[in-house]
Amino acid sequence: MLKRIRIITAFIFFALLTLLFLDFTGTLHIWFGWMAKIQFLPAILALNVGIIIFLILLTLIFGRVYCSVICPLGIFQDAISWVAGKRKKYRFSYSRAINWLRYAVLVIFIIALIAGISVIVSILDPYSAYGRIASNLFAPLYQGMNNLFAYLAERFDSYAFYSVDIWIKSISTFVISIVTFIVIAVLAWRNGRTYCNTICPVGTILGFLSRFSIFKIRFNNSTCNNCGLCERVCKASCINPEEHKIDYSRCVSCMNCISACRKESLKYIPKFKPEKAVKTTGENVADNSRRKFLAVTAALAATSAIKAQISKVDGGLAIIEDKKIPKRSTYIIPPGSESLKHFSQHCTACQLCVSVCPNQILRPSNDISRLMQPEMSYERGFCRPECTKCSEVCPNGAIKRISKEDKSSTQIGNAIWIMHNCVVITDDVDCGNCARHCPAGAILMVSRDMDDPNSRQIPAVDTERCIGCGACEYLCPSRPLSAIYVEGHERHKFI
Amino acid sequence: MEENNKKHMNRRKFLKVFGTGVAATTALYACGPNGKQNEERIYNKTDVPTDKMTYRTNPHTGDKVSLLGYGCMRWPLKTNAAGEEEVDQDAVNDLIDYAIAHGVNYFDTSPRYVRGMSEKVTGIALSRHPRDKYFIATKMSNQSEDPYLRSREGSIAMYRKSMEDLQVNYFDYYLLHSIGGGDDGIETYNNRFIDNGILDFLLKEREAGRIRNLGWSFHGDIKVFDHLLASGVKWDFAMIQLNYVDWKNASGFNFNAEYLYGELTRHNVPAVVMEPLLGGRLSRLNQHSLSILKQIRPEDSPANWAFRYAGSPENVLTVLSGMTYMEHLQENIRTYSPLERLNDREYKALEEVTELMLRSDYVPCTECQYCMPCPYGINIPSIFSHYNRCLTEGNVPKDSQDENYRKSRRAFLIGYDRSVPKLRQADHCIHCNQCIPDCPQRINIPQQMDKINKYVEQLKING
Repeated sequence: MLKRIRIITAFIFFALLTLLFLDFTGTLHIWFGWMAKIQFLPAILALNVGIIIFLILLTLIFGRVYCSVICPLGIFQDAISWVAGKRKKYRFSYSRAINWLRYAVLVIFIIALIAGISVIVSILDPYSAYGRIASNLFAPLYQGMNNLFAYLAERFDSYAFYSVDIWIKSISTFVISIVTFIVIAVLAWRNGRTYCNTICPVGTILGFLSRFSIFKIRFNNSTCNNCGLCERVCKASCINPEEHKIDYSRCVSCMNCISACRKESLKYIPKFKPEKAVKTTGENVADNSRRKFLAVTAALAATSAIKAQISKVDGGLAIIEDKKIPKRSTYIIPPGSESLKHFSQHCTACQLCVSVCPNQILRPSNDISRLMQPEMSYERGFCRPECTKCSEVCPNGAIKRISKEDKSSTQIGNAIWIMHNCVVITDDVDCGNCARHCPAGAILMVSRDMDDPNSRQIPAVDTERCIGCGACEYLCPSRPLSAIYVEGHERHKFI
Repeated sequence: MEENNKKHMNRRKFLKVFGTGVAATTALYACGPNGKQNEERIYNKTDVPTDKMTYRTNPHTGDKVSLLGYGCMRWPLKTNAAGEEEVDQDAVNDLIDYAIAHGVNYFDTSPRYVRGMSEKVTGIALSRHPRDKYFIATKMSNQSEDPYLRSREGSIAMYRKSMEDLQVNYFDYYLLHSIGGGDDGIETYNNRFIDNGILDFLLKEREAGRIRNLGWSFHGDIKVFDHLLASGVKWDFAMIQLNYVDWKNASGFNFNAEYLYGELTRHNVPAVVMEPLLGGRLSRLNQHSLSILKQIRPEDSPANWAFRYAGSPENVLTVLSGMTYMEHLQENIRTYSPLERLNDREYKALEEVTELMLRSDYVPCTECQYCMPCPYGINIPSIFSHYNRCLTEGNVPKDSQDENYRKSRRAFLIGYDRSVPKLRQADHCIHCNQCIPDCPQRINIPQQMDKINKYVEQLKING
């Protein structure tokens, strides 16, 4: 029964959390955005005291249920381990905890967190690691499927689906996601929760707390016949049946052992309760509930032909060269993230904001000092005035919630005009597209030749008004490099 | 009453044929003498007659010209092995063979059409037929401001190239292409045809019999139209834009067809009609307009009406249609096999429809592609066509309080991204204004782009 509850809850959490990364329309976030916000490290970084206390209490009362039902990476490992278990049952065995490694990783993690070495924090944080896998590996499949539906919808003149661009937003992040995926999958396939109990810093912290938890799985020595079945179903390898001992720092309260025990010798009971046999019914519920997991894995493994959106270049149309990312001396981060320092200290590179950005602006950085943390660029769109999606979804408080009004008065950077790229100069044509589309009215058109008021007009930026949204950069006809581009601000300014 | 009942029966039978296919048809054959009448009616509905085409006689040469003329500016394209788009020659051959087999004999092309490929493919398809089975019309398309093209040598080279590409040694109809264009219509006309002696050259070619009919096509500046008719040159025909909207309410710099047609008739110059559908806009009507027409003729499409309108005036020699699809060709052949002239009631109905069209905010683009390619990659005709289509379908919501605002907004925005890639949309128009002189409808393209983009922005912001 307990195992069934665990599996159903975990399934719901896992499915919805994954969908948060897949849903590019941002509608799910309104309802389930909190699921990302109750993740351990994001809550700490966002200084979300209520959630931190809740998670600590949860662990002190029920043990590491967080790792079993809330952490998406944990559930992901269970799913893989379950598939592996189909091939070979009863494959686990007890092993000693590798404490030196666990604590060493935790120490490194804490040092990195304090010193602001974001790469290490990002790589080790389990929620963010899963986020990257979901947004880099699962999202393209999901979008491919969506585009297939959009293609069909178009044939039927329906507007139920619309097609989205699928592109690799950062090679390094993509590669790291693949490596993480492979490492986690191999470890989970072979030994269940190895990662959670030897590397994961969140697992180590919670494991420390769960040793003191009220509810624990306990042996009833009188009925146990030392068959060792519990040991062989324990994916955390934490049950030592010979000594009738369980390493509670590693137990994730998955309840597998309780279901497996034929003598009902294992009970999940509070510490102070006298240990007496409680009759339970329905021994075989586990097998039925397993099918639920099949559904999850099947959904994940479902492949579809990815229909990359190839823009149809009609021969009667001029070829449009792709834009190149300009070299910015200061990178740009979204409104709400206040300063580069605040942002890099709080972001764990979970990619949630990257997944929801409807304008294709946010992408993970390739810069080693802030690897995988998002940054902005305007080749495919600009930061539209009506959108504050990234600030709504960020669980870490790296991008703080911002209203549309505040956003339109936040300067995240300012535009810079480069004369020798401007089509007014190079093609000798009238343009002014940057000024025409500037939502802040920060670009004036002035005569190129100040003595001749009839000469062609060139743009001049009013940096006091410019908010750095990138409309000018995106809509500039100069290719591959725009003649007007945005330089970020170290600290955002409010006007 | 009797009449109504018959019609009703007939429609039911018609549906039956569609439902049960061949079986129903054979069953009807078996009906004997009583079934005979029905059988014939059904035959008329589903098949395209080969011998009922209406012909008009050219008073100058006695040519019997089919009322439906084939405009060769919208040939179907396909992508070849190298990834380039080219005209689908097989499809063109099929269309032309079908057209000729069903009585169409007038083919109108230009060296500029379909990215310059039209004459060649049209020539290939037509040369497979006896030369006396078809009339060829092509044009002196020296309107772009290229000094070589406008020189005597350049223009004559274009003339000879047309002969070569079309594989003919005489033209049945030859036109001065798009007179009335340019900032100063008269000056542009003189520059293109008089100063370089091209008109004299063409008149000599007519004398020599290599041009059987000499004429011109007109857009824009009415002074040039009047000037040509008064110039003393004997014109064998002229091409004008004529449809029920342009008759009295021509948009932009276009002139009312009523005047143009009247003048041509007065000068005994037969009229060739272009844009009978206003680039397809008259084939897609909104619900209200459609119901007006369907009330009168439930089985006819808006295109039927537009073609009947364009073909009704007696001095119209032929009505051109740029047919890309076999279905359009078939439908138009049916409309003119034979032509059923509009009656007074039907004229009234079309006036009503015109009123409705004028009240809405259409961009008068006919998708002729003359403005393309835009050097900055904008897909001008597709943007206008999307906008116009949404207007027709009622998907251009004006106010977020509108009943169907959300639905229409979604349809407009998603449809926009589907019909035009993001980088080719209106917001990328830089207002360089290079396209303006190319537009025969004289649309201020950048201004319209701005209007559409402002509208899109408003939709996006008021999500």
